[in-house]
Amino acid sequence: MVSIALDNLGAYYGRRLTVSAISTPVFSGGDVVAVIGPNAAGKSTLFKRIAGLLRGPGRVAVTGTDKGKRAISYMPQDTSANAVLTVYESILLARKQGGGWAVGDDDLALIDGVMSAIDINPIAFRNLGELSGGQRQLVSIAQALVREPDILLMDEPTSALDLHRQMEVLSFMRGVARERGMIVFIAIHDLNQAMRFADHAMVIEDGRLRGVGRTADVITTALLRDVYRIEARIETCSRGLAQVIVDGVSPKLAGAGRVAPALAEAELTPALAAQ
Amino acid sequence: MATASIAEGAAEGRGVYRALAWRRLLIITGLTLALLVSFTVDIAWGPARYALGDVVAAIVSPGSVTDKIRVVVWDIRMPMALMAVITGAALSLAGAQMQTILANPLASPFTLGISAAASFGAALALVLGVSLVPFAGIFMVPLNAFAMALVATLIIHFISQARGVTVQTVVLLGIALVFTFNAMLAFLQYLATEQALQSVVFWTMGSLTKATWEKIWITLAVLVFAIPLFARHAWALTAIRLGEDKAASFGVNVRRIRLETMLIVALLAAVPVSFVGTIGFVGLVGPHIARMVVGEDQRFFLPTAILCGALILSVTSVVSKSILPGVVFPIGIITALVGVPFFFSLIISNVRRSW
Repeated sequence: MVSIALDNLGAYYGRRLTVSAISTPVFSGGDVVAVIGPNAAGKSTLFKRIAGLLRGPGRVAVTGTDKGKRAISYMPQDTSANAVLTVYESILLARKQGGGWAVGDDDLALIDGVMSAIDINPIAFRNLGELSGGQRQLVSIAQALVREPDILLMDEPTSALDLHRQMEVLSFMRGVARERGMIVFIAIHDLNQAMRFADHAMVIEDGRLRGVGRTADVITTALLRDVYRIEARIETCSRGLAQVIVDGVSPKLAGAGRVAPALAEAELTPALAAQ
Repeated sequence: MATASIAEGAAEGRGVYRALAWRRLLIITGLTLALLVSFTVDIAWGPARYALGDVVAAIVSPGSVTDKIRVVVWDIRMPMALMAVITGAALSLAGAQMQTILANPLASPFTLGISAAASFGAALALVLGVSLVPFAGIFMVPLNAFAMALVATLIIHFISQARGVTVQTVVLLGIALVFTFNAMLAFLQYLATEQALQSVVFWTMGSLTKATWEKIWITLAVLVFAIPLFARHAWALTAIRLGEDKAASFGVNVRRIRLETMLIVALLAAVPVSFVGTIGFVGLVGPHIARMVVGEDQRFFLPTAILCGALILSVTSVVSKSILPGVVFPIGIITALVGVPFFFSLIISNVRRSW
């Protein structure tokens, strides 16, 4: 079975070491790992480093796979593409990368299977330029899946999806991970979804690891206050699911400098009026 | 999506895709036939009127026709007709890959100043006898053209890689390069002897009349060298059109392929320019038509762009002989007259939407 562990991993973005000292326990096939943290915390950078797209110190220890470089697949955040390609072709493209010109029936069967699994057959022969943000995200997921990786890094795969689609995609990925013994890392902002679908969680803040472990152990009110700077409760609903209930912005925030612009503006207003 | 299993899907998508691929092959076959017809007409058509049968006989079995027909067909018309096909193919291929790599629908050797740079390089050799490449010998003119085209290409390449550079910036940069190299060319013309001036002026108009077998072989060699290199990267080049991040996530070495492609583009753009002068807009229009008819899967886009460029220039060659009987107009004038309105329509029709 495939496994991965990060050992003191860092990543250079340009010349700056923006992510550093990230070590995790061993994750193994079937695990879904939520990677959470504020905007610009370094989640995408970390993913690119794990996928080998950025350089940096430390080691990504992968065992139990014979796919080499293809074992790890990174699904970037949604980028709008205006290439004159149909959805079907763009997924074929992901599959055939590095291969010959000939397209086999097995390739096409796999693509058809993935497309019907995430229910995008109706848009198969639309041009990429005609898709909505959510549709593009689903196409990206299909592109990642047809590469049949053992470890999949999904960068905010559900940010443009409606609630129904979010549930579909996340429960599907949860199932795929178990069924195929795949490790799925998902960078996600919705902590309720993270608690619902992920076995483990990693918290990244300012390029450093703030916590890693079982999701329920990591996502705590203390974390919400320290990392997200919000006051929140985590309560169990009538069906037994843990839910984050946000009460408001943490009062500590004023001291943290995040509200500073607003305060500065309030101070500036009389000065401006005087001009 | 009731279960998580990725089962064998319905064969529907597969069938539609196969049909699409067949339709594209049919389009490529049709273009090839059209090119053959245009090529034959180009040879059959000229100031001296011969029957089509005689011309075809001269091509198929040169021994069976009179010396006069054989000389006209093989030494005058054939080189011009072939040069039109090969030049059109090379320029269109160069334009197609520039548009792919720069993600820029207005990119082509002509619009981004690579042709102008090549012209200047060639004029350096023609007017001043200056060779930019040591030991160039008889290849001084094409090698000079290539050297300058390379300079322009690398300028565009590195600036387009910089952060925050938009498609528009690159087009404006191209315009600046066109102006710069045209000014330097004008300066050379000012210095030139009357004889050299005549050849430079004639050649800035772009004309096939100077085609020789030697030039044809060299240009063909460049094309034959370039095509397999691009073909090998067909999937990667297509992936680059999905964006740099996406292509990288598919395992494509984007930087290397970009640089490699731009170097080949410089060669493809420079060599025909050094032989037949600046022929504009084929490198812009050819790829656009190809994209419209087969999309951007390079396995289809590559041959279609080549065929479209070849066909456009071959037809233009026929037109250049048909406007006034007995007069062969410089082909560059005609491609510009047809190409400029196309260029306008690209700019006006909200390029982003159709691209």
